[in-house]
Amino acid sequence: MRRVFALALLPLLVASGSLSADVVEKDGKVHVTYWEKWVGFEGVAMQGTIDAFNASQNKIVVDYYQTSEIDRKALVAIAGGDPPDVAGLWVQNIATYADAEGLQPLDDFIRRDGLTPEAWLSRYYPIFAQICSYRGKVYAGISTPSVLAFHWNKTLFREAGLDPERPPRTFDEMEEYSRKLTKRDPKTGAITQMGFLPDEPGWWPWLFCRWFGGNLFDGRAITCSTDPHNQAMMKWAADTAHQYGAEAIQTFYSGFSGKTLNAQSAFMNGKVAMVPLGVWFDNYLRQYKPGLDYGVGHWPEKVPGIRDFAMAEADVMTIPRGAKNPNAAWEFIKYANSVNPNARSREELKGIEITCFLQGKNSPLREWSPFFEAHHPNPFVKIFRELSASPHAVCVPQMGIWQAYHREFTAAFQSVRSLAETPEAALAYCQKRMDQSWNRYLKSLERHGQVSPTAPVSP
Amino acid sequence: MISRPNKNLLTGLAFTSLWIVGLSVFTLYPVFASLYYSFCDYSILKSAVWCGLENYQELFHDDLFWKSLRNTLLYAALSVPLGTVVALALALLLNCEVRGRAFFRVFFYLPSIVPVVASSMLWLWIFNGQYGLLNGVLGPILGVFHLSPPSWFTDPAWAKPALIIMSLWGTGNAMVIYLAGLQDVPKELYEAAEIDGATGWRRFWHVTLPTIAPVVYFNVLMGMISALQIFTQAFIISNTANGGTGTFDGAPVRSLLFYTMYLFTTAFHDLRMGYASAMAYVLFVIIAFLSWLATRLSRNHTTR
Repeated sequence: MRRVFALALLPLLVASGSLSADVVEKDGKVHVTYWEKWVGFEGVAMQGTIDAFNASQNKIVVDYYQTSEIDRKALVAIAGGDPPDVAGLWVQNIATYADAEGLQPLDDFIRRDGLTPEAWLSRYYPIFAQICSYRGKVYAGISTPSVLAFHWNKTLFREAGLDPERPPRTFDEMEEYSRKLTKRDPKTGAITQMGFLPDEPGWWPWLFCRWFGGNLFDGRAITCSTDPHNQAMMKWAADTAHQYGAEAIQTFYSGFSGKTLNAQSAFMNGKVAMVPLGVWFDNYLRQYKPGLDYGVGHWPEKVPGIRDFAMAEADVMTIPRGAKNPNAAWEFIKYANSVNPNARSREELKGIEITCFLQGKNSPLREWSPFFEAHHPNPFVKIFRELSASPHAVCVPQMGIWQAYHREFTAAFQSVRSLAETPEAALAYCQKRMDQSWNRYLKSLERHGQVSPTAPVSP
Repeated sequence: MISRPNKNLLTGLAFTSLWIVGLSVFTLYPVFASLYYSFCDYSILKSAVWCGLENYQELFHDDLFWKSLRNTLLYAALSVPLGTVVALALALLLNCEVRGRAFFRVFFYLPSIVPVVASSMLWLWIFNGQYGLLNGVLGPILGVFHLSPPSWFTDPAWAKPALIIMSLWGTGNAMVIYLAGLQDVPKELYEAAEIDGATGWRRFWHVTLPTIAPVVYFNVLMGMISALQIFTQAFIISNTANGGTGTFDGAPVRSLLFYTMYLFTTAFHDLRMGYASAMAYVLFVIIAFLSWLATRLSRNHTTR
């Protein structure tokens, strides 16, 4: 039989009566259900953090459930009134689920701990603080962060007569390197190697807009075709398709498309010499291509003066609406987003540094412990830290219709790359579709009596 | 005192109660609830708000609705007749008295019990533009004519034909049903036709086909319904062959965006359950209409 009473760990909270009590099980502990997508070594890393949390106190036990299709399963569970206490969602889910009132803001939990949301967020690098919050409220903690950096294959650089220790510094230089690194079969003319292929890995075509200095959403309206930088980016996508031949690229790409993270990877096999990839890529390299001679550095400068462009991503920990143990869930999220700044051994690592150390990723927090910094398994972690701190780092646009926008933009990009449409026509169509979607979305929020996400946020 | 008929009724209801509850809770309720939601602005996480015919009106102005419908109808129009011809041809061959007939029957049926996910991954490799088995054969042949084989699943023009070719892999089920139908054709009819001097083709056209017409009708109808609901293969292949973007948008360039895929992304990515419900009902009407049409057109041939 279950007894519901206040969590002894949180007397102040219960006394305040502002937050609901948690469910204490027969063993006298609150069991937090945590649904997370990670399996394999990344799942083991999450379990490592959970074990450390469970060992750090005796009131809460976090039970880890590896859950594929986490966003859809969490969605149905929230709607059904039986969600997990912690849902490990994707970053792009935050705005959509928050607008749909499917997530609990964390602000009250933070205040209860004597902090302000601003102070809590200031512990993160700004781009990760941005990822955790939406419309002036904190909705998430970070479970696994990532930053994209520029990877190049040093062996291919050497073969092309380029200095392997000097990656392209500007966009024009990258284009020049790309030409030098591209090879064709002398008999058939088929492409056998490319310097830079915008379609590889093809997961973030919209990111190139940001690299070009463009924006897709200005906080109020869709700016897909109205921003001249986006037009310039699409023109570049079309120009390179013309330059190398859309059909030749298609045939070349079909050999390894969708295989970025396995042994058929174009980068690992020397098919593509330069790619933007995340901090996680080193794990796959060690597994599938140990010994590959490669470098990691900043993105080539596209917008004059911006030498530290980057994109940050994160998987996030959220407390769904209807969670039975929100207080204990917060305690876990808080732990998982903490650091022991004095850690000098693996055993002394705490919270996010356990996860990131075991997953080979950079920490999203500003403060890194001496051990984490000195013994990190990723040899390029310093670069990823620099890019995390960049004022020019970007993340997915925070809007409730981002998934539809991503689809629409990807389709536009593909049609330009295959020369099926001109850049202007593809962007105009994308703009038209997304304007309709955005207006419909705002109307839906209004219909449900919610505040428009374009309305100013009160301080 | 309960009368005997009433007692029998109660006993019957008691025995079928589990099924009745299951049908009511897991089938009837969702069917009627989704009909209601199709007239609502509903995201699943918030309460449904009635919006009348708005979802249906929007459907008719939605380019992607029409694109996905066109893709689906084209796929069905090509894959169903082709699948019928291949399945029937295989059944005819496997109906012949040849050594190892049982082995061949199992051999041709086996692919249809391979899980769709596994067979999709297999075909991804077969159709790989650079290293695929198919292009390994086609390349040298087309090379003679200074042509190169297509990139199949990464080429918007060839992605659908590739999927249609792939659909032939799963004709085993229809083949077995045809085989059963063929074994049901009275031998006397063949003998009479032979005495009348009918050749093999004439025997097939005037004896076999009319006799198995109800089986053809059944298989075509089932094939059409299945083709109009195509999802898994396209879902896996379009994503995996085109960078694994996770957008499930029928890449490349939406050439594999089928109706149910659009419905799925609308419901579970965009959280527009009301709109997706409206799409589901439109598909229901389309399938019901085509089924009625097929029944009507084949009425004279399917009644013995």
